[in-house]
Amino acid sequence: MNGTPSTSNPSVNPGQVPGAIHKDPDMVIFGFWVFMMSDLIFFGVVFAIYITMIGATAGGPGPRELFDFGSLFAQTMLLLTSSLTVGIATVTMKHQRSQASFLFWVVVTLILGLGFLTLELYDFSQMAAQGGVPQRSGYLSAFFGLVPLHGLHVSFGCLWMLVLIVQICKVGMLDIIKLRFLRLALFWHFLDLIWIGIFSVVYFGGWVYG
Amino acid sequence: MNEYGWLGKLNWDSLVFSKLITDPSVSEFVASTAGSIVIIATVAILGLLTWFRVWGTLWSEWLTSTDHKRIGIMYIVFALVMMTRGLLEGMVMRAQQAAAPDGFLYADHFAQLFSTHGTIMIFFVAVPFVVGLVNYAMPLQIGARDVAFPVLNQISLAVTVASGILLMVSLVVGEFSTGGWSAYPPYTGGDFNPGVGPDYWIWAIVFSGAGTTLTGINFTVTIIKCRAAGMKFFRMPMFCWTVLCSSILMIFAMPPLSVAALMLGFDRYLDFHFFTNDLGGNMMNYANLFWLFGHPEVYLLVLPAYGIFSEVFSTFSAKRLYGYKSLVIATMSIGVLSFTVWLHHFFTMGQSPTINIVFGIATMLIAVPTGVKVYDWMATMYRGRIRFTTPMIYSIGFLILFVIGGLSGVILANPTVDFQVHNTLFLVAHFHNVLIPGVLFGLLAGYNYWFPKAFGFRLNDKLGRWSAFLWVLGFMLTFFPLYGAGLLGMPRRSFSYMDLTFKPYMLVAFVGAMVVLCALISLVVQLVVSLRDRDKNRVPVGDPWDGRSLEWSIPAPAPSYNFAELPRVTDRDEFTEAKEQGRAYLAPKVYRDIEVPKNNPLGFILCVLSGILMFALVWYIWWLALISAVAIIVAVIASTFRWDSERVIPASQVQEDTEKWLEQVKKSRAVGRDLENTPANVGYAKLEH
Repeated sequence: MNGTPSTSNPSVNPGQVPGAIHKDPDMVIFGFWVFMMSDLIFFGVVFAIYITMIGATAGGPGPRELFDFGSLFAQTMLLLTSSLTVGIATVTMKHQRSQASFLFWVVVTLILGLGFLTLELYDFSQMAAQGGVPQRSGYLSAFFGLVPLHGLHVSFGCLWMLVLIVQICKVGMLDIIKLRFLRLALFWHFLDLIWIGIFSVVYFGGWVYG
Repeated sequence: MNEYGWLGKLNWDSLVFSKLITDPSVSEFVASTAGSIVIIATVAILGLLTWFRVWGTLWSEWLTSTDHKRIGIMYIVFALVMMTRGLLEGMVMRAQQAAAPDGFLYADHFAQLFSTHGTIMIFFVAVPFVVGLVNYAMPLQIGARDVAFPVLNQISLAVTVASGILLMVSLVVGEFSTGGWSAYPPYTGGDFNPGVGPDYWIWAIVFSGAGTTLTGINFTVTIIKCRAAGMKFFRMPMFCWTVLCSSILMIFAMPPLSVAALMLGFDRYLDFHFFTNDLGGNMMNYANLFWLFGHPEVYLLVLPAYGIFSEVFSTFSAKRLYGYKSLVIATMSIGVLSFTVWLHHFFTMGQSPTINIVFGIATMLIAVPTGVKVYDWMATMYRGRIRFTTPMIYSIGFLILFVIGGLSGVILANPTVDFQVHNTLFLVAHFHNVLIPGVLFGLLAGYNYWFPKAFGFRLNDKLGRWSAFLWVLGFMLTFFPLYGAGLLGMPRRSFSYMDLTFKPYMLVAFVGAMVVLCALISLVVQLVVSLRDRDKNRVPVGDPWDGRSLEWSIPAPAPSYNFAELPRVTDRDEFTEAKEQGRAYLAPKVYRDIEVPKNNPLGFILCVLSGILMFALVWYIWWLALISAVAIIVAVIASTFRWDSERVIPASQVQEDTEKWLEQVKKSRAVGRDLENTPANVGYAKLEH
């Protein structure tokens, strides 16, 4: 706050200009945590709506007809692995390995994220083929209000990664970019947690109670 | 969606004036007048800006500014403009009910009036006014250079203003929702309301709600991470505590509203079934979500006002705030309790009595911390050297009237009573009784209190007191009769009635509304007269009220970097302590370069683009919606390619400013409190006890 930024965050190695960090990195990271807190409430509320809507199928198809657990297992594995690779990228950055190895892990994460999205969209199209569209029932509205919301977050994360890759190729690992990547990594782990909630509550819970 | 042309649902008949031509009635005449005022005012403002050639200044000093003080002032200007509209709508409604059963408005027109009145007063007056004052004062009070995220601050303002403009556009093109400020489905769903009205409501709420959430994040981080050295939590001025609590409420309470509004949008645009009558939709989910936001919202607004009252009572009684810690604990308790009472907004909608009782008791519990506060404020005044300045009159008016409003709330918290008076004017009287004295008086007190700090001259106190008394009187005349009419059973939101028992109450309320209008006019007169006399009332030294917190320790108007040297805080009433120990008005030992954020056009760009996006969505103009949505994403990404977002104010500049100011301090004569509203007051307070 008082001119010189604190160096207490171990993953950031300040010192380069331009793109130097003018703010306390701790403050920026903390701000992102607070944002995620708000986002978590957003998800929490949509989860609550989903739970109240289990059973409101109005004679339409329900979880047992629509869910494909094979594909869901693959999606889960893709997303969990991407969390691992984003973690490796963070460690690479912290220990100041080569920019190429850092970028490698980011690109792997991006590919895994896009793979997840592809499978998810494929699932949705399969559901639609069996009449599982949001216009059919309150239950399906709640499903399509929640799961694609997570998918939208993942797409946003992918776009963020893409922008960072372009920026790194253009100007290198500026401090400000490192700080942005740290927040992206947090965001990515957060989405993983949400997905675990979706898998347990939406898919598994829906299958048990639907 | 294919049945519409390339302009979506938009055509000549959407214009409000075309309805006046096809149906020349008083109701349509009123609507067209309102639309004309919007158009004429816009043209006049644009014309004046061009005539005085101030576009350049406006752009570089205001629209692209990232300075929290400028952003705060823009918020307040916006809130005052919207307040004028909301208040005039209130007048028209009072006139309609006073004239009933021979009213002059169509039922739908009346319904639009109460819907916009509520939406505007909550989301576009109370919220931006609070956020504006906080933006101005809070960073100064904690000894910070700016808020934590200045560009984010700009974006919050941008989307809030864009949503407000959308509401203004709804006066000219199309019509607004008739579903009240809470917009309950299924009435606001596509089956019963296929028009554009509810869509205007949805997008204004979604975008301004996002702005408020971001503001909450920004303020929370600012208070937790940007306090000056030595400013421990328990040394923060009371206002900052209330702002912290209110910001936390913004973070947690806004998401349910955004979810509710978006789900309603999905129902309307994509034929989902969240809240529809058929196919498994459940309207109660909407009611729960809306009030899960709605009740904390009330405290989100009133807590910062409590903070302002705390500052005002302490400053104008020349005493340390009584019971500081109990006020902090009471504030936080209210924050927590506010999330446990939402169900009292729909006691009659089918829960079991047990659940109603739980929420009724939780509601009554809120009266306890609020009562603690009232006693603390009274004890602060006790044996103080009280001056009856404008902020103080608002505060004392608040104290008396708010207790009445609070008590009527405790009455309503009893489910058995609520079954009798719910949905009547008794409820309307209650919430106006807490929101006007509680929130509005606090905001107006804060406006009079901090105005000299923002602009360097005092507002005219005599006219200010006139205005304050008119507000108090007007409020009482308008809303106390509504308690009576409500107890007699008059439903809220009725555009007419046949039972003439209600008529006398409505006539008194109409007279009250006229007094409120005079109060608004006197606010304008006060501002104009004060502007005229500004040279007589300048307070360059910066401490016109013998203030106690850090914002008074710097020049007025405050320099863009706030503090030449960031303060070190040793006491809760830091500036009072500094004055008594002779530490005030000292030059810094070393002058350093100061980094402040550069101007950024992003906020303005997002304001324009999100305004276009909302309009396109309301009118089903899909190509335009797509283009503006993509443009928003591109603008945000492009702004991340700005590598250097700070500019440096050189130490020499800071030194020059500060030395000039200290010279002024030396030249000035210290003035006692009794003379604080005379031209002798140049903002240099004499030490008195």
